[in-house]
Amino acid sequence: MTTLETSMNTTTSRPSMETTAKDRRRAKRRHSIRRGSIYILACIIALWILLPIWLIGTMAFSTPEDVRNYPKHFAPVPASTETMDFFLNTDGIQRAARNSIVVAIITLILSTLLAIPAGYAIARYLFPGRDAIRLGILSVRAFPIVVLAVPLAITFIKWDMYDKVYSLALMHTALTLPTTILVVASVFAGVPYELEEAARIFGCTPAKAFWKVVLPLAMPGIAASAILTFVLSWNEVFAAILLTLTNRTLPAQILYTLDKSGDPFKFAGGFFMLIPSLIFIFFIRRYLFNMYGQLNK
Amino acid sequence: MAEIVVEKAIKRFGKFVAVDEVDLTVNDREFVVLLGPSGCGKTTLLRAIAGLGMLDEGRVMIGNRDVTYLPPKDRNISMVFQNYAIFPHMKVYDNIAFGLKMRKSPKEVVEERVQNAAKLLHIENMLDRYPGAMSGGQRQRVAVARAIAVESEVLLMDEPLSNLDALLRLEMRAELKSLLGRLNATTIYVTHDQIEALSMGDRIAVMKQGQILQFDNPTRVYDLPANQFVGSFIGNPPMNFLRGQVQRENGAVKVKIGDFHLSPSAEMIESLQAYDGKFIFVGIRAENMETLAAPAPDALAVTVEVVEPLGSQNLLTIRISEDVLKVSTHPDFKVHAHETVYIRFPPAKIRWMDRDTGQAIAPSLDKMLA
Repeated sequence: MTTLETSMNTTTSRPSMETTAKDRRRAKRRHSIRRGSIYILACIIALWILLPIWLIGTMAFSTPEDVRNYPKHFAPVPASTETMDFFLNTDGIQRAARNSIVVAIITLILSTLLAIPAGYAIARYLFPGRDAIRLGILSVRAFPIVVLAVPLAITFIKWDMYDKVYSLALMHTALTLPTTILVVASVFAGVPYELEEAARIFGCTPAKAFWKVVLPLAMPGIAASAILTFVLSWNEVFAAILLTLTNRTLPAQILYTLDKSGDPFKFAGGFFMLIPSLIFIFFIRRYLFNMYGQLNK
Repeated sequence: MAEIVVEKAIKRFGKFVAVDEVDLTVNDREFVVLLGPSGCGKTTLLRAIAGLGMLDEGRVMIGNRDVTYLPPKDRNISMVFQNYAIFPHMKVYDNIAFGLKMRKSPKEVVEERVQNAAKLLHIENMLDRYPGAMSGGQRQRVAVARAIAVESEVLLMDEPLSNLDALLRLEMRAELKSLLGRLNATTIYVTHDQIEALSMGDRIAVMKQGQILQFDNPTRVYDLPANQFVGSFIGNPPMNFLRGQVQRENGAVKVKIGDFHLSPSAEMIESLQAYDGKFIFVGIRAENMETLAAPAPDALAVTVEVVEPLGSQNLLTIRISEDVLKVSTHPDFKVHAHETVYIRFPPAKIRWMDRDTGQAIAPSLDKMLA
């Protein structure tokens, strides 16, 4: 009786141990499949974005003949700056690039200077209408600019602001401000309020505490948002076409001449337009990851 | 001279009253601890003294100066924050020097005081480092050094040790106490840790729901709690409270716990007479009862439920009808669960509490101490 019982015990216990081991193996495999598929998906997305960029870059640094030929090379061999030279020396391109830079810099300065106090107020103070203002800021982005096109153009002509670099910069400031404010607000929200209080305990006025403690800590994030503003303005094309005629910015100029030009011009222009964004992403990476966390640790 | 006086302070957050008509006087160079559970208003009160939160009513005086409406920088105070709040973009040296530089102290003074403060906190070899590369304990030292470097007359501390791990906290507690003893600052120290309060303060203000329940030196707060809350908040284990009924028997006043009769000490009889027939709370600390192995006429027979050997003492858990009693005994007193022991209540150690109000029943606290 007892021997039977013990033998039964061993027979029942052994398979159960095996099944747990099998279960564990299966769970492990399921886990690695899930991880693997996430990586594969990430790779596909990365390739989806990187391949065209690579293609544009390759073409921009190949000879114009190679650009027109099929099949395309995967690497710029032989490398050449001929295509880029051709693009940069096309009539009006350098002037347009200069305009773009001027507009973007004015936009960056205005937008950032306005966004710092606005962002700080949204991040720190519970003032009446705070949520309404936040929503209002966002709704500017939601409003289709196409609807405003004709009234805007008419108003700018009336006020003698049409086809001016500074007036386009004002327009771009209005367009970028919502994004800039929200990014800057999230940067300020990441600076612990206690630091400001400590500064005030140790002899600062609120303004000085902001200047001495909050601003230095928020500076990297503000710089990142400034570059973002620059890129937004650099890439903006609708308002640029709408509000300028002779003082075109680069995207407006390229778009304007696109159908009249060949492949080398398009590739070179595309690559040139990409550069600020690439620089921006290089600098901002860290802050994009940190946007909703603490910025100073 | 920096006496701190808070008069009729009220602070509301919406409908919630965080500080409810508090009066508090902290003498010059005194170390006062604000103690209470979270949400009792202790930090709000400290912030009002610091100038970081404006009072709704009442006023704050520091050194005979009404500072109620002054910004923090004009109050001549310094502060240690719960999360240290040291500036991550400045080196340790600049952190400690911050207050002095803001006051535009001469360079030599800044240098000297920073070095002194750093030496006192044993961080003199870290002055060139950034706080980001330091441990929690080291950051705490920087925060304290920054606070003492300005040599202000008032030092405010908001749970400065609560973010440290247990061992470090123990170490810093003693170090902080000895350090603050050498300074001449009037100190207000906020904590929810009763051990910290008992071990550090000259006086403790026990707070609950925005009010100060008792403001006294640690011995008296521990030994003579003004009410049931103070008795149960301070001490580990907290004070025991048993239900007892007051009975007058031919002139004598007895308090009945079950079938057992307690005889109050002589000076209590007068005030207990008023409670004739009513239930009251009999408060007694775990270490103030005598545990006997053999029956005695004035000892209560009880069954031990749990025995917890704690090294320096054995803690017994005993149930008396609905009440649970914690009794600490000498570790040599051998007893096991479910055995019967006999407990004697020394009348002088019993604190009587009104069952409705929770307030201590006593003719006068001073009379009892005398």
